[in-house]
Amino acid sequence: MTTAPPVPPPAAGVRATARIHAVADGRGGTALPLLAGEGPLALRRTRGREAEAGVVLVGAMSAPLGGDHLTVRATAGPGARLALASAAATLALPGRAGEPARYDVELDLEDGAAVRWLPEPLVSVRGSDLRVRTRVRLAPTARLLLREEQVLGRHGEQPGLLRSRLTVTRGGRPLLDQELACGPGAPGGWDGPAGLAGHRAVGQLLVVDPAFAQDPPPAAVLGECAAATPLAGPAVLVTALAGDALRLREVLDAACRAYHR
Amino acid sequence: MHLDHAVAPTHRHTHSAEPLRADGTRRALRIGLGGPVGSGKTATVAALCRALRTDLSMAVVTNDIYTREDAEFLLREAVLPPERIAAVETGACPHTAIRDDISANLEAVEELEDAFREHAPLDLILVESGGDNLTATFSRGLVDAQIFVIDVAGGDDIPRKGGPGVTTADLLIVNKTDLAPHVGSDLGRMARDAAEQRGDLPVAFQSLRGPEGVAPVAAWVRERIAAWTVR
Amino acid sequence: MSLAALLVLADGRFPAGGHAHSGGAEAACKAGRIHDAATLEGFCRGRLHTAGLTAAALAAAAAAGLDPAVLDAEADARTPSPALRTAARRLGRQLLRAARATWPDPALEQLAAAFPRGAHQPVVLGVTARAAGLGPRDAAHVAAYESVGGPATATVRLLGLDPFEASGVLARLAPELDAVAARAAEAAHQALLDGPEALPAASSPLLEIAAEVHADWPVRLFAS
Repeated sequence: MTTAPPVPPPAAGVRATARIHAVADGRGGTALPLLAGEGPLALRRTRGREAEAGVVLVGAMSAPLGGDHLTVRATAGPGARLALASAAATLALPGRAGEPARYDVELDLEDGAAVRWLPEPLVSVRGSDLRVRTRVRLAPTARLLLREEQVLGRHGEQPGLLRSRLTVTRGGRPLLDQELACGPGAPGGWDGPAGLAGHRAVGQLLVVDPAFAQDPPPAAVLGECAAATPLAGPAVLVTALAGDALRLREVLDAACRAYHR
Repeated sequence: MHLDHAVAPTHRHTHSAEPLRADGTRRALRIGLGGPVGSGKTATVAALCRALRTDLSMAVVTNDIYTREDAEFLLREAVLPPERIAAVETGACPHTAIRDDISANLEAVEELEDAFREHAPLDLILVESGGDNLTATFSRGLVDAQIFVIDVAGGDDIPRKGGPGVTTADLLIVNKTDLAPHVGSDLGRMARDAAEQRGDLPVAFQSLRGPEGVAPVAAWVRERIAAWTVR
Repeated sequence: MSLAALLVLADGRFPAGGHAHSGGAEAACKAGRIHDAATLEGFCRGRLHTAGLTAAALAAAAAAGLDPAVLDAEADARTPSPALRTAARRLGRQLLRAARATWPDPALEQLAAAFPRGAHQPVVLGVTARAAGLGPRDAAHVAAYESVGGPATATVRLLGLDPFEASGVLARLAPELDAVAARAAEAAHQALLDGPEALPAASSPLLEIAAEVHADWPVRLFAS
């Protein structure tokens, strides 16, 4: 987030990086030569579908707290297939000194790789200040399914400040770049008629599939507060606003069935 | 019905777009049709399409208040295939789109010309304005000639009132003359008032239900095209 | 820079097609999200800090001399809604037509040749500003102002809102508008050094969704 003011190095926060490297094992499956959690970011291998390796992020403690800087870095080598999930919702919590927390996700997909990144929602708790930065670099033949869900506050609670930017490039060219800022302290109008308009859950589902180059899905309105939009590259983005996390998930699940092959 | 003045070739040619195509031939003649709501602009356009489509390659741009209604009328009437009809959104201000900011209409006109350049270069593009008031006229940057359509039911004092459309349009159509006896309009008075306002500019009294129909106006358009092509 | 050139470019009567676009206000009025001056102000503020900031930064970057083709691709990535991409390219073409006639410049001719189907409007705006002798911050100001001026004018037409109230809304947003333009110009400067990722990507999911809802209507007054 180069346009935001520089973040001072956290005084007492946790710095932790989880690293995952998936490679095709040559027998039609996917191996994980690197699977290294750290601190609050523990990783568990799970059974994936067919040729896919599965990994679940297990939050060993409630994180990120203000001052923390967590990073998840995953690489899928040529032809590798990886499914990444999280065991529970991530709670953004306030730090002692009110300093922001950072959560970075970096995904690299090489030729023919396929990654499903389907974490549970991120809940912005009152008083928290979290900056999420997700960068995805795709080779032109890679396939991606990515879900992001942000929930403003636990039930009936005021949210914290959440700034989340998702940047996806494909073959080095920009495919999607979106930044959402919401909660107290976000730029004006974030909850108004051109912002969230009172909705407390917002999410997106991104499907990148080279097959869309020949056969792009049409734009579709999925009710008053959700739409599927084909991007300028072979990808479709489903964006949805909802009253709560459950309703949001219903919309994104339906979209996932419709667009992910 | 008749044209009560001889047609004089226009001498106005200040165009935003050059009258010549890149290959040196003349581009399509652009004629605007304006006038109040309900005066019969769309019906006249439809009738002109039926009368001219067999020997001219033509297209229509509509500027409706509500985006597509006029375009859809023309499609329903099947006067032209859909690829020859384009609708321009006007942001609730149809006169702005034909006079003050003609950029969207120029885009539509040029896109139509581009689409048919290869196989059947357009001879004529009719640009129909959304129903508006008596002050709405087309920019000379958008059209080469303009027709203003009023009708007898709107009141036989409209020609006397004048206004830029009635006064300066290259052709004034007084439409629905078959209704004149029913609405108490005096066609003779309308003709005299129009002549006073317009000098030598022609007026066509038209009834699309009558035996002549749109023929006099179609003949006027043909003369325009003939003059345009030889210039 | 010429203050007068800035006024010409920012004038709502500049014939570049903006009058037929509501900036999402038509959809918001229909949905009841805009129904008076206060909700119009909230709408404009939200649009200014999201789509407005992003457009302002793209315009500033183009005015600063970044490659328009690179910026156009960045604009695509920042505009998930195909309805909004189409509107942005259409408006870009219309602005370029007006700009070429108003401030003839080889850069505008090159842009027209490189993008026959139209480049994103903020990119064209930045190149136009440069041709008019204006700087990145001026371009950012125009883009930021357009992001709220369009919805305000459209709401006057759609709701019959008192035009004085609408002008008041714009006047009250002026300090934020200045701040957005300054931030956009700063980001453009940063992008010259660090590349286009330095440009903000602030977005409003609701504006993108509503643009698709609006594009689906069979009958509408505004093109977007």
